[in-house]
Amino acid sequence: MQPGLYHILIISAALFFIGVFGFFTRRNLITMLMSIELILNSVNLNFIAFNKYVWPHKMDGLFFSLFVIAIAAAEAAVAIAIIINLYRSHQSIDVEDAGEMKY
Amino acid sequence: MEGSTIIFYLLALLTVVSGILAVTATNILRAAISLLFALIGIAGIYFWLDYQFIAAVQIVVYVGGIVVLIIFSIFLTQSAGEKMPSQKLGRTVFSALAAFCGFALVLIQLFQHNFPISKDLTLTPKVADIGTQMLGVKEEGYALPFELVSMLLLAALIGCIVIAMRSKPQTT
Repeated sequence: MQPGLYHILIISAALFFIGVFGFFTRRNLITMLMSIELILNSVNLNFIAFNKYVWPHKMDGLFFSLFVIAIAAAEAAVAIAIIINLYRSHQSIDVEDAGEMKY
Repeated sequence: MEGSTIIFYLLALLTVVSGILAVTATNILRAAISLLFALIGIAGIYFWLDYQFIAAVQIVVYVGGIVVLIIFSIFLTQSAGEKMPSQKLGRTVFSALAAFCGFALVLIQLFQHNFPISKDLTLTPKVADIGTQMLGVKEEGYALPFELVSMLLLAALIGCIVIAMRSKPQTT
């Protein structure tokens, strides 16, 4: 069977929920960031698949993915700066260890 | 089965298996390397769809940029080779259940919907057209979002430097 739109959408949904699972189970900030990257990539894959199979004469999905990639890069850089700062003050990047503002 | 079909299924397998390894590996460096392979698999799917430009961007930004940044921050904050403490069993089971239920819900919705798939699937965007539309100021141009994203990247750059800067020791 020739792979089409549905195959790519299934892969993208699988990646999205793998990322959600990782976000629920991990308690380390860097691995949570990696789960977010997986989620953003699944969204990009969706945009590209719809652009290719439903509106091939337009390029709007492509531009959305480009902007999502740019914003994800900015987000990862800021998140890693925050993680390094947190490590400097707590000697740990576990989310359970940073609970000063919780109560 | 045609060659391109086999290649598609291999890429899909690479992406999903490395994605699962990236969220379940107990060694954090191994998780980062699995994430690298998942991102390469997604770039391969873009190549398979004949979208070369976005595939190149994916490799340059994600594989070359973000994963290297993540690996550097692992080296700065963790002792390499250390295992992460495993989670409570209940939390893992309920997270897996929630993720699986969401996946099943999405799949049910997906197969009930009929997408108007276009007849002309050989059309792929040329890089010259992408550049023209990206910087166009006419009706379908993306010049304003482009400028906004450039401002956002500048703000993120300055913000990173300010956040990660070591505060000066107090001089008396």
